[in-house]
Parts: sequence; C-alpha cells; structure tokens
Amino acid sequence: MSTATFAGVPVEVDAEGFMTNPDEWTPEIAEEIARQNGIDPLTERHWAVIDFCRRDNEAKGTPPTVRRITKQAGVPTKEMYQLFPKGPGILAAKISGLTKPKGCI
Amino acid sequence: MKKLVILGGGTAGTLMSAKMRRALPRDEWSITIVDQDDDHVYQPGLLFIPFGMYERRDVIRSRARYVPKGVDLMLSGIDVIEPDDNRVRLADGTLLPYDFLVIATGSRIAPAELEGLTGPGWQKSIFDFYTLDGALKLHQALEDFRGGRLVLNVQEMPIKCPVAPLEFLFLADWYFHERGMRDKVELVYATPLDGAFTKPTASALLGGVMEEKGIQVETLFNAGEVDSEKRILSSWDEREIPYDLLVSIPTNMGSEAIERSDMGDELAFVPTDKHTLQAEVAPNVFVIGDATDLPSSKAGSVAHFQGGILEQNLLDAIAGRAPCADFDGHANCFVETGFGKALLIDFNYDVEPLPGRFPLAKVGPLKLLEESRMNHWGKLAFRWIYWNQLLSGRELPFVDSHMSMTGKKAPKDNPVAHVAA
Repeated sequence: MSTATFAGVPVEVDAEGFMTNPDEWTPEIAEEIARQNGIDPLTERHWAVIDFCRRDNEAKGTPPTVRRITKQAGVPTKEMYQLFPKGPGILAAKISGLTKPKGCI
Repeated sequence: MKKLVILGGGTAGTLMSAKMRRALPRDEWSITIVDQDDDHVYQPGLLFIPFGMYERRDVIRSRARYVPKGVDLMLSGIDVIEPDDNRVRLADGTLLPYDFLVIATGSRIAPAELEGLTGPGWQKSIFDFYTLDGALKLHQALEDFRGGRLVLNVQEMPIKCPVAPLEFLFLADWYFHERGMRDKVELVYATPLDGAFTKPTASALLGGVMEEKGIQVETLFNAGEVDSEKRILSSWDEREIPYDLLVSIPTNMGSEAIERSDMGDELAFVPTDKHTLQAEVAPNVFVIGDATDLPSSKAGSVAHFQGGILEQNLLDAIAGRAPCADFDGHANCFVETGFGKALLIDFNYDVEPLPGRFPLAKVGPLKLLEESRMNHWGKLAFRWIYWNQLLSGRELPFVDSHMSMTGKKAPKDNPVAHVAA
C-alpha cells in the first residue's frame, strides 16, 4: 500500500496505482487519473460507464467486467475500446476509483 | 418423502449425491440427479488428448456407474428451474418438485460469442480442446501439422481451469520437440490478462517458464474477430495476429437452462453467496462447481472442496438452521510443464499460490510452485483418485476443504499471506 496524490488529495493506492478505498474517490480524482492515462476530457459517455462501475461495485463488491458493462450500461464493446483504449475494464475501474478487476482466478 | 434434486451429474453433482445419500435417511429423503446424457467425461484428461497421451476411452465412463445406490439418475434435458414453485421442468415437460435443489450444471464453451470463430475455418484451422470432440479433432490437426504459427487464444475470463491454456502450450512445446520440428513452429499465447496468470508470484514464475520455452506472449489481447479465410485473429484495439493453427478457449458460459430460467448473470453463471454457496434466488437452492459466479477457479478441485462445505450447509438448512460453513475459495491445481514435469499450486480467495511443500511441511512429497517429476506423476495418478475417491465424495488424505498454510513459504512483502498464516 502507498499513498498517491490526485487533484491535491492524498489517497491510498496499491502497487499498480488502483485506489484501495472507493469512498476516497471524487470526480476530480477521476479526471486526473484519466489525464494520466491519456484520456482528456472525460465525456458524457465516459461518465455513463464510470457511474455504472461505481454503482455496480457498491452493489456487488467487485468492479464489473467489460461484458457486464456492455450488457448493463448499454455501451457497445467497440465504443468501450474507443472510450478506454487497450484494457477498458481495467482502465474504467482505475478511473472509477475501484480495485483492479480480478480477471483470472 | 422429502425430495433433494441435483441438476447435473458431473464432478460436483455426482460427489454431492454420494455425500447427501450417506447423510440423509433413506426412509425420509429421496435424491434425484438429472443429466442430459450418460457420458461422464474426466475433464482434466482432455488436455492430454491433442498430444495423443490419452484417447477417448481414457476419459469417458458411464455416469450411472458413479451415481450411488439409493440415488435416482434421470437422463433428461432441463427446460427451466421454477424456484418460486420449488420445481424443475424437464425437456419433455415433466415436472420435478423439490424441497431442496442443488444446481451443478457446470459451464460450457460458447464459440459463437466471437465473430468468425465458428465460420468456415472451425475445426479445419480453428479448434477447441474443452470438448471431447474438439480435443480429438485437434489431435488429428496436430498430427498433420507441418510447421507454422500456432496461436492459443483465451477469448474472455473467467474460463474453466485457468491454467489449462498454459499447460497446452507447455505440452505443445514438448510435443514438437519430440517430433523434431520445434524449430519449425512458432508458439504464441494471446491472452486478455496482463501476464501469464494473474496471481503475482505464480504469474512471474509461469511467465519465466514461457520465456524459457520460447513461447511468445501477447497480453491484454481482447479478441474481437477471426477472419478464417485470411487466418487472422484481431483484437478490439486493432492488433492483428496471423495464425496457421488457432487453438481457442472460447467464452465460457453457464448452462442454457440457467439462461432460460433467467437465473444467471451476463454469462449465465448463478449468483451465489461466496461463503455459504446458497443461491441468491431462494434459501432452498444451493449452487456448486463451475455453475456458480464465485471468484474462485472453475476446477474439479474447487468442486471437491466446496462439497464438504455444501454438505454441512445443506444439512443446516434442512434442519432449519442458518448455513454457517464458510467456503474460502480453496483451489489446488497441477500444472503440466512438459518433458514429464509439473508444478502444483494451492491457493484460496485471499492467499495467492506460494512456494513450499504439499500436503505435509518439509516432507511433501509434492512441491509447490516448483517443477518436479513427482508432481507430474501426481497429476497422472489423480485420474485414479478422481474415479475412485473424489466422485464418491470422500475426503482425500491430508487435504482439507479449507486451504492450509502448512508447508507454504509466505513472502515477506505479502501482507495477505501473513495475515492468513
């Protein structure tokens, strides 16, 4: 565990920079993590995904998979890759202040 | 007469039927197990079929032979589960009422989920080995292979037996060496994960084994389409991997009966309490094995460990008590690394695979996270254990349902492992 400062706020992050406490997250933090990952600005479509990720994480206790986001939030896979290039599931979780999705177990 | 119905006569369903038949009085409880056919496949053996190490007859037996006396086996498809009415509707319309239900319907491959996968190249230059038919056809394709690029792609997580794709590549490396043509074959692993495996210590080690064997790894590769005319696998972020032979681990999904019953998540796995194994849908429905949505591995060892927990929780629920046995996510997997050696990993929800000895500290005889011949013999011997002990719901010597830290070496920088120790 270490501390990182986003938008002037110190928060706890893991070794890969994922926030460990979703309650410390703010929309300003999301914007800064997005910028550091080459996404600027966050559009309405980004926010639709981020809002879903946060709600779903609260309900389920784990960040949603890309498949779950596409089905439940109505954002097609192709668009997910445009919004969050490379690894949309991982990047969306990071920007949403959630832990790294556990793909494999 | 009260009724316990078990859906699925695979590893989990069969071992649960045996445990519950011993636990429940025969004059009070009937137990019925439903499966669509009488073919019980020893799934860990499918890995060996493409390389000619096993044949069809080594992996398939009659389900009826392993369903214990006093349990009725019904060979029928399942239409839907109706949890509000405590009954299951079978394919022919027959209604099967229950007092308690165990869902053990497993997982299946869904190749149609990737565009182009089941196109003109399917079973010509594209194969799976998660079905007996696929594994047998892949064997022929490997025998006929004269060289080129073999790409193994994991379409999407979670998959049954998350180490099987790595084992396939390790065995392919060995197989082509033996045939004296390893220098004519390029082996590529295209995975949606960010490494060989996600658990950090094992991922670093397995990644090292891949490198040693000259297997290329393409990480964060989320396949979006296969063009089987041009033989190109492309990802959503527009990377292209040409192949001569594509071995696919297609999307894994739960049973179609779960989909029809509208009881699954987006992959038709059943939402289940990760500790008690109770289905979210109703207190008299429990789920075991691959059919669950738990964040544990989909593997026979997991079904076995869950079995001990589920037996206690079913008996509690039947007696009107709250289920209190607590599943910890325990999994135990042999990982074939080729040339007659294997690794062994043992882990749970909280503790990643660690080095050490298993099951006894210092003695072993099996080594954790380290290649050895003994581990390979262990994997081969496991087939006997599977048919003769595991399916009858017996505990295995020295191996508990809950993971033990005995013999494991916790790294100093892993606080989780320390807490659990």
